[in-house]
This record gives sequence, C-alpha cells and structure tokens, in this order.
Amino acid sequence: MTATEAYSRPNAAPEDRYYTYAYLDEQTKRMIRRAILKALAIPGYQVPFGSREMPVPYGWGTGGIQLTAAIIGPEDVYKCIDQGADDTTNAVSIRRFFATVADVATTEDTGEATIIQSRHRIPEQPLADGQIMVFQVPQPEPLRGLEPRETETRAMHAYGEYGLQYVSLYENISAYGRIAATAGYPVMIDERYLMSPSPIPKFDNPKMHMNPAILLFGAGREKRIYAVPPFTRVRSLDFEDYPFETQSWDEVCALCGANDSYLDEVVLDDQGQHMFVCSDSHYCADRRAKGHAGPMAGHALAHIETEIAAEEA
Amino acid sequence: MTDILDRPASTNSDGRAEPLLRVSHLTKYYGHVAGCLDISFEMRPGEVLGIVGESGSGKTTLLNCISGKLAPTSGSIAFNSRRHGLVDIYDLSEPDRRRMQREDWGFVHQNPRDGLRMRVSGGANVAEPLMNLGRRHYGDMRQATMDWLSRVELDLGRVDDKPRNFSGGMQQRIQIARNLIHNPRLVFMDEPTGGLDVSVQARLLDLLRELVRDLGLAAIIVTHDMAVARLMADRLMVMKGGHVVETGLADQVLDDPQHPYTQLLVSSVLQI
Repeated sequence: MTATEAYSRPNAAPEDRYYTYAYLDEQTKRMIRRAILKALAIPGYQVPFGSREMPVPYGWGTGGIQLTAAIIGPEDVYKCIDQGADDTTNAVSIRRFFATVADVATTEDTGEATIIQSRHRIPEQPLADGQIMVFQVPQPEPLRGLEPRETETRAMHAYGEYGLQYVSLYENISAYGRIAATAGYPVMIDERYLMSPSPIPKFDNPKMHMNPAILLFGAGREKRIYAVPPFTRVRSLDFEDYPFETQSWDEVCALCGANDSYLDEVVLDDQGQHMFVCSDSHYCADRRAKGHAGPMAGHALAHIETEIAAEEA
Repeated sequence: MTDILDRPASTNSDGRAEPLLRVSHLTKYYGHVAGCLDISFEMRPGEVLGIVGESGSGKTTLLNCISGKLAPTSGSIAFNSRRHGLVDIYDLSEPDRRRMQREDWGFVHQNPRDGLRMRVSGGANVAEPLMNLGRRHYGDMRQATMDWLSRVELDLGRVDDKPRNFSGGMQQRIQIARNLIHNPRLVFMDEPTGGLDVSVQARLLDLLRELVRDLGLAAIIVTHDMAVARLMADRLMVMKGGHVVETGLADQVLDDPQHPYTQLLVSSVLQI
C-alpha cells in the first residue's frame, strides 16, 4: 500500500475507511472526544488533552485540525476559513487536507457546512442548530499576559477570581481613552468561567451569545480544549462607565455595499488609495450574486470577482 | 460585600477590642532545618510590630507563615477578618483564605518587582486591588488611584508609566499605594526600605509612618535595620536561630536590651 492510499481511500470498504479515518488514530480521537465532552459539560473550562504532532507546525491550526479530525464523519460538509476568507492559503490547505484524509465534501457556503473551522472570524451568516464551529486557538489562557504562573491562573479560574482581567481593560482606557482591545476580547461564559475567544475580533463576540451552534476551541501547542455549548450566555467584560462596544466603520463594503459586516482595509496603491471589503468572502460573494453592489463594484478589475461570484451562485 | 468590609472589628463582652492576630506556638521546619520555633504573640488593631534579627534568623519564614504563604509545621495563626471573625487562617478553605488576603491584608515586598506587575502601568497596579474586590467603575477607580498617588507623593502626570520607568524609591511608593488602597486591616512589610539609598529611605519611612498612623493600620515590619525598627514599630520581637529571644516595647528593647544577642545587635549599629 502506498502512502497516498493509506490516507485517501474513497472506494475502500467501509471498515477500512473508518479505521484511522481522518488522519488521527482511533485512540487519539477517542481521547479528544472525551476532552470535548468534558469541555461541553463545563462551558468555558480549559480541558487539558494530549495534543498530537500534526503535519503542520504549531501556530498553523494544529488544535483546530485535531478537533475537526476527532468529530468529522463521511457525511459532514466541511468549510474552512482564515481571516474570514475561504480562498487564503491556510484555509485552502486545511480544507484540502480533510478532503483527502476524511473523504468529505467541502464547501464555501456557510449555511451548507456542518463543520466550520476558523481562525479569526465567525461567519456573518448566523449559525444554525446542528452546525459546529471549530476555532484554532494560539493562547487559550486569557489571564496569561497578566499572570505568567499556570498554577496561579488555574486557582483563579477555580475560585472565579477574575478581577485581574479588568486590569488589562483599565490599561486600555488609561492609554487610549476607550477599551481599545480588538481581538481575543475576554468573555464570561455562563457567568462562571472566563474564556479567551481566540483571536476573533470583538465584532464577533456578540454572535457567541445564545448561539444555536456548538463552538469548540482547540489549542494544539498549549494542549487545551474548551467549548461553548449551544444557547449559552456569553458576556464580554466591560466597566460600568465604559460599556462593551464592537468595531464600526464609516464606510460600507466597496464590493457588495454591506454595512453590517466586518470590513478589512485594503491598500490599493502607493498614493494612499484604499478600499474596505467584507472579511467574510462567502458573505460578500453571496451578496454580490444577489445583485448588491458597493461603490467600487464597477472597478476595472471587478468583473473577475463578479464572474466568480456568478459561477458559485 | 461592602457592608461586611465596613463592619468594625468585633469586640469582647468587656468592650476591649479582640486581638487582630493571635499566633500560638508557631513552628516551621524545612525538613530537619528549623525555620522558626514555638513563636506566640498577639496583635491589636492599630499596632505596629517590628521583627528584627540577622539574616537566617527566621524572620521571613515567620512572615510567610503568618501571611498565609507557607503552611506552618505546627501551631496556629488566627486572624480577625471582617468576613469570618477570629479564625485560624489555615482552617479556612483556600478560596476563603485568598479572599481574606485580598480584602484584609496588604503585603509590601522588599523588592518592588515582587509586589508589582511590571508589565502594566503604575496606575493599573495601584487600582488592581479594587478590581480584585469587584469594583467595576473605571472613573471611580481612577480617582482613587490619583488620590493614592498624591498621598504617596508621586507625580500624577506619570500615572500611566510602566513601573520599570520609575526609580527604586518611586516603585516602592507605588507598591505602598497598591497595598493600602483597599483599606486593609493588616499590612505585612518585608524590609520595605531595603535596597534604597539613605535619603530616599528616610523620606519613605517618614511617609510610611504617617500613613500607618493616619489610617490606624496594624502592620508587621520585618527588618534588620534597627533605625527602621525604632522609627516605625511600637513593639519589637528579636529573633535568633528561629527563636524569639526578646520582646517588648520598641524603645525599651533598643535602649535597654536584656538578651546578649540583642545587646550585640543594638551595639552593632554604625554611628556616624
């Protein structure tokens, strides 16, 4: 048997297909599933797990890949995004990885996917019952920047001593006059555990509150799994006189005209021209296919985007 | 929460204040090596106790045991906290003990780097105890921070500087403000002026003495500097080899030392 056959056997007999299915061996998947169940039972609690070495370096999504490998099945439809986009290198590579090792259908359509793996974003289209979001987490410990001792942060979680986290917000206000933290904004899960939502922008924090989907977080290097079960209260920390706010833009998406999505600024030339576009590529393409147009929709290069969008629609 | 913390110290039936701290037969061994042996004493609210002795005499071991950082081998340490009354601190559950430490105690380290978070600003360091007690109003905490920075005579314009940008004496002032802002009942100080030059030391001691008197704080000051002990303490305990060899009013112990070791200690102070 060649190496390729070992990973991709679309026509193999089912018993062969399910043995060491999706890259990881059965014992590892079992261990990860146990960790996931514990994480779901204690929302926001970081469950240690025996993170395996993966065929990509730490920092490239090993935690998320292991989570996905443990939960994926042949009937799943898999979507992978990086910075909201389906077509960036990492997203394409990881999607191709699972298409190969798990023999699953892949999609860019948020609504169609059963498992969405992500770093940095929660899709704009609201998640639905039955969907699972898998987050790749670099640093699962929200208190780490302030308290370097693991023994101490564990005690702080155990006893619910979260005053320290407010020190970072205090620092923000005294330095910038507002809570300037934008990504990885700390949240309280069900008023019990403090959780880092991975580097998603705080724009996405409200989407986690009472979300019908399962949110799973995996940190490969730090060897932690945590989760937010469906319909769980998620509160972003703030001060009484400085309430939590999400980012907002004066511009709309230059391509699709959306004013309710998370926008990325794209520099166009050396003269300072720039445009704002949706970070969620599927959301933007979907809107354009439905006929929405932003201020730069008629740009010389825009027809390429329109054609792609039309093909996908 | 506030109502508990505002409650005055409980009193006996005869109206005398109960002891704030009662240490009985405290012994700590590190394996076979004795840290401190059979130490007993009591403190009342507002009292300043100095613990003096040479290096290795068990001062710091004693302080660490009393402040809940190091469980003693035997003996008990009862503290009269606002939340629990007079109880043995090692009988409290860990979360209760940690909460009592946050609410009722302060700890000024010799090296400000041990007592401050070096990665956050001086202002945030001072405000942190308030956040730990559940305060969530930025404006109020900012105001309290400013008040305390001016009480410890620091330039308010530098409130957002990182501790590393302050001099050693200023760092120590930040640490003192941080340990007094939440209105503790007992403050532990481990060589609070060690490592500072003499003129800075004098100003800092002056400030500390003023604050302790103004706030009616109880404090335990561990030092090997007789001058600090004389200036700050009402009562002195002299330690040697893990034992308390002499105890009494500060002036009495320093002016008329009884134990040979104390006599040696007092006569060793350099005169100019």
